[in-house]
Amino acid sequence: MNNVGIVLISHSHELVKGLEELLDQIQQNVPIATAGGTSVNEIGTDVFKIKEAIESVYSEKGVAILFDLGSALINAEMALEMMEDEVKNIKIADAPLVEGAYAAVIQSGIGSSLNEVIASAEEAKSLQKVMR
Amino acid sequence: MSFRVLEAKLWLMNLNEVYQQQKMDLTELDQAIGDGDHGINMARGFKELSQKLEATEYADLGSLFKDAGMVLLSKIGGASGPLYGTVFLKAAEALKEKTSVSTEELAAALAESLEGLQLRGKASLGDKTMLDVWIPAVEFLQKEVNVDWERFIQLTQENMEGTKQLEAKKGRASYLGPRSIGHIDPGAASSAYLFIELSKVCQGAQS
Repeated sequence: MNNVGIVLISHSHELVKGLEELLDQIQQNVPIATAGGTSVNEIGTDVFKIKEAIESVYSEKGVAILFDLGSALINAEMALEMMEDEVKNIKIADAPLVEGAYAAVIQSGIGSSLNEVIASAEEAKSLQKVMR
Repeated sequence: MSFRVLEAKLWLMNLNEVYQQQKMDLTELDQAIGDGDHGINMARGFKELSQKLEATEYADLGSLFKDAGMVLLSKIGGASGPLYGTVFLKAAEALKEKTSVSTEELAAALAESLEGLQLRGKASLGDKTMLDVWIPAVEFLQKEVNVDWERFIQLTQENMEGTKQLEAKKGRASYLGPRSIGHIDPGAASSAYLFIELSKVCQGAQS
């Protein structure tokens, strides 16, 4: 894979599945995986599901993670600690899930590095959506 | 006191009973300031754990706590899964291959758990979290040469009650800001049960 992989984590299985569909429309060559809901797709997050999602899109280009709410971050950090030593080029973006993922996919689509993808996602935090 | 596999099993089995009984109360606390699933999550995780413990023979405390950590990590869900998972995985490292430990060694293992919790949750004392029960509990156990378990239970209950007046700085409750005042933190409550049940088992092991 020549593009940074993107992992979308949410408390809701449907939420990230929907987001993935939206993102597939912009770019087909960016590997995207989702980890939404618990192991039985109830509301929540699951560390093992997150780990699997990361592994499914991992390459030497790295993986950018976007998440929705607090405990998703705790589980994402725990998943990172559990990764094998050769699977370590992974970063978590401090970004809003939808806008951040959108920016990340565009940046990854043009072949940028993991740091550039994370920076793009994080810029979305200061995006002004309504002009007043 | 010697804390062995027998005591560890008894502790977690009794704790499971408590979480089953307190399921609705914990959920009510969480509905007030969180997302309302804490009681259900703890009951689910510990039910799985009790089944695992019933079906497994353990040679030492480390392997028992490691299993406990992995079950809770995958079955509790929410933020509590990785937090309670961390508690037992860290204790497992400290108690690796130990078959019987003193109160002092047990306190040292719980101090490792606490350190893991602080790294994982990045909260501090007074943030209205489980740490408001954990930090003074571990401090007390590490300081006392002969632990007065009755005093320890009392202190733990006071610290749990004390979270009522705090404003939440971490977790879902922090979105409520000052409106989080007036409710006991659900994580502090479930942690208090953990220490109270531990005390009861240790009291039994003493006599």
